[in-house]
Amino acid sequence: MLTKLTGGRVYDPASGIDGQIQDIYVQDGKIIDAPTDGRPVDQEYDLRGKVVMSGAIDMHTHIGGGKGNIARTLLPEDHRLDPVHRTQITRSGNGHAMPSTFVAGYRYAEMGYTACFEPAVLPINARQAHMEMGDTPIVDKGGYVMLGSDDFLLRMMTANKDQKAINDYVAWTLNASKGIGIKVVNAGGINAFKFNQRKLDLDEKNSHYDVTPRQILQTLATAVKELGVTHPLHVHGCNLGVPGNLETTLNTIQGIDGLPMHLTHIQFHSYGTEGDFKFSSGAAQIAEAINKNSNITADVGQILFGQTVTASGDNMRQHANHRFASPNKWVCMDIECDAGCGVVPFKYKDQNFVNALQWAIGLEIFLLVEDPWRIFLTTDHPNGAPFTSYPHLIRLLMDKSFRNDMLATIHPEAQKMSTLASIDREYTLNEIAIMTRAGAARIIGLKDRGALSAGNYADITVYTENPDRQAMFSKPDYVFKDGTLVVKDGEVVKVTWGTTHIVKPDYDISIEKDLKAYFDRYLTMKLGNFKISDDEISEDGRGSLTVHPLGGTVA
Amino acid sequence: MTEITEIPSPFCGIGSDDLSIQVDGVQLKVTANGCAVNTPAFEQAVTDTQPSIAGQPASLAEAVAKAAQILRDTQQPVIGGCATDVNGMRALLAVADKTGAVVDNINFNVARRNLLALQDSGWMNTTLAELKNRCDVLLIVGTDLEAFAPRFFERYLWNPESMHLADTNNRQIIYLGKAPSANASTSPVGKKADVITCADADLPEVTAVLSALLRGKTLQATSVAGIEISALQTIVDQLKAAKYGVILWGAGALGFEQAELTVQSLCSIVKDINLQGTRCSGFPLGGKEGDQTANQVCGWTTGYPARVNFARGYPEYDPYLYDTQTMLNNGEADALVWVNAFNANALPPASDLPTIVIGRSGMSFAKQPDVFIPVGTPGIDHAGHAYRLDNVVAIRLKKLRDAGLPSTAEVLTAIEQAL
Repeated sequence: MLTKLTGGRVYDPASGIDGQIQDIYVQDGKIIDAPTDGRPVDQEYDLRGKVVMSGAIDMHTHIGGGKGNIARTLLPEDHRLDPVHRTQITRSGNGHAMPSTFVAGYRYAEMGYTACFEPAVLPINARQAHMEMGDTPIVDKGGYVMLGSDDFLLRMMTANKDQKAINDYVAWTLNASKGIGIKVVNAGGINAFKFNQRKLDLDEKNSHYDVTPRQILQTLATAVKELGVTHPLHVHGCNLGVPGNLETTLNTIQGIDGLPMHLTHIQFHSYGTEGDFKFSSGAAQIAEAINKNSNITADVGQILFGQTVTASGDNMRQHANHRFASPNKWVCMDIECDAGCGVVPFKYKDQNFVNALQWAIGLEIFLLVEDPWRIFLTTDHPNGAPFTSYPHLIRLLMDKSFRNDMLATIHPEAQKMSTLASIDREYTLNEIAIMTRAGAARIIGLKDRGALSAGNYADITVYTENPDRQAMFSKPDYVFKDGTLVVKDGEVVKVTWGTTHIVKPDYDISIEKDLKAYFDRYLTMKLGNFKISDDEISEDGRGSLTVHPLGGTVA
Repeated sequence: MTEITEIPSPFCGIGSDDLSIQVDGVQLKVTANGCAVNTPAFEQAVTDTQPSIAGQPASLAEAVAKAAQILRDTQQPVIGGCATDVNGMRALLAVADKTGAVVDNINFNVARRNLLALQDSGWMNTTLAELKNRCDVLLIVGTDLEAFAPRFFERYLWNPESMHLADTNNRQIIYLGKAPSANASTSPVGKKADVITCADADLPEVTAVLSALLRGKTLQATSVAGIEISALQTIVDQLKAAKYGVILWGAGALGFEQAELTVQSLCSIVKDINLQGTRCSGFPLGGKEGDQTANQVCGWTTGYPARVNFARGYPEYDPYLYDTQTMLNNGEADALVWVNAFNANALPPASDLPTIVIGRSGMSFAKQPDVFIPVGTPGIDHAGHAYRLDNVVAIRLKKLRDAGLPSTAEVLTAIEQAL
């Protein structure tokens, strides 16, 4: 079937198209060049007056995995406020902070998103992450596999195994867990918490292993680079949420020695200790460091006011922050000599000084980082806010007067401590398209996604131009997934199933000799039963795997 | 005849995955690493493979059509049992969504003791590999652990090597409440567990004292439920001196009213120890006959654990109202679907309602259900996934034989499509 999208204003930064009127042709799920053989168009959409972008990509959102399901189970009262009825074509469920998987897929699609990446896939819990993502309709998905607090890696590093052996282990884990990138959460800190260390600075040694977080980051960033995995090491830094962690973050950037590194939810890592409350914004210094170091990318992890739940692998920091739990209940887990997790409900309040300043810090970072190819729009769903708040966040970035109106309502001391009011920048549609599409596809290493030129998959979102950007981005006119119309006027009209994006770096199979011995001696599962097979993704008849090439370049 | 090795078990809850099984046609024989729970569960013979309608043999297509017909005419069906693998639960929830049914896991009244504590105040828990490599003090409350899982000690405590313990023989095992039924808790070098017994019904009081002692409260009493306060103080001291203490309980064994408060009390003891500067974790038992699987899949599909009602067109959770037996007793249901792919002895509750049973081959009924469809067992007749007791790890179940039995998922998906 040949589909023509006629006369829309196209924002396709990957192709250098910034708001030009263009027709787009779609056939067999992909975008094609305008046919020259005169064959008829089967379906035409009149997009005159509309804005056309590729489908949005959320490069960091907790949509699949055990901690999310703990968060769901923990908060029945949150679901009761947001029941979702079944329809003729969609399943029922519940929404708000941590929605059920079906609802998450529908709501992402209804906002024009066509791919979501779970950033904290514990290898031992990867099956669950993939099963939950397998029940998340319409959108494509993928995961970053967590390493850095696993005993196997720390034993290798303590034993001074060479980088080549570590690369083999990293590649083996990526293959066994079916991931597209590698994530580190509080490098070594989750492990140190099991030894009763309650904090771990960048250069502080694990009390058992002769290893520091800085060394872990360097080792894994090197592995990712040498294996040719396109997505840089995805780093949740040390000291999340600690006043003064700005220094840790700057030190982390310097300490990586120019290797590609992505700093996630950097808002939570940009705090100073100035002022009466000993809590201040480090956004300017952080943004400056990002601007100066082209090897660094970041997503913001913006907080927005209201009830949410934080779900993290960082049980060391989550335990330290449990006293802020609202409602007052929380979960921490140590997990399988592999990692951990902590789930703490949060209610961010605009009249709370710290929360209000967190809000301002996130926005300052967005606005002070100059290159939109290196900063990404996230709330670290659900940790800063549920993903459904993205249209509101986009308006805050694109509309200075709206932003300043909001700023005027927050805790007065926080207003005084923020430079936000003095920042004039307003994101353009092209910059939003970079941050949420072209840049995201590039940083993840997605081939043939995030762009609208011929040869790309036809993941396309169409909006009606509206100066109220929140309204505009809340309700696309059309969303096409792989060429199929899945959303019309902001509602799902057809349910499809996306693919799972992975990489498969090579490794020396002899690593399995060491691993088998380790599994047999210390773990609770046979090595062969640990590895996820391809048919586990596809046997339900809906899932599929898409393997992306290695050796891509980072923006 | 073939022998298959490294077989994971969905039956014991502790994720044993080292079984060897000889397959001779459809007959299975466990040849290595069996136990009193797993061996009979794997070796149970296949009997019926043909569906029936009111006791009369029927084709699978006829039985599916009849089941769909029954469900089409209902206002409030109840799907009980819910003991199957991940794909079975996925299909079950799709049927429930379409028919407005209640979904209620067979073990929910037991799991509720944990879930209510979790949903009220949370917990700090750990998993099997941490226990195996770190736990130096294990407090077992109210539970005969080796009866629950015969290989627990062998696999996870008396492991010859551990990463973070010099000698696993030196682990301190303390029983509080029930005494062990045999000697699995005695270490390979003969070190016996400390056993401090009391009646189950006294555990709320005993755990309250434990909690008070931990918080440094002065107690006037010198004993509680026949236990010297000094013995409980010793437990507190041991937990506080531990490198990595673990408090283990089995909600199934806490058979007294408001046992969730005792679970909550244990969880808050764990939190308090951590707040006082020592690591400690909780460890709830479970994971049998698909209970964790049901709660997990229902969790990500609905946001709630496996006792929900879809009657309004969206899932509602109530840990009491949607109990299968309660709904039957109160005349609130108009059809019963019973799903149990693991246990041929777990039969549907007595009822005059139209009844559809999707069950493990070998079920024998006092009264023939309207529809009976024998299905394969996950991990024997088809591949699948099941959750272990520690809830983090989903094990990949293997297909061992072909007895011509469909999976729960295949049958329920066919019914859903026929609706």
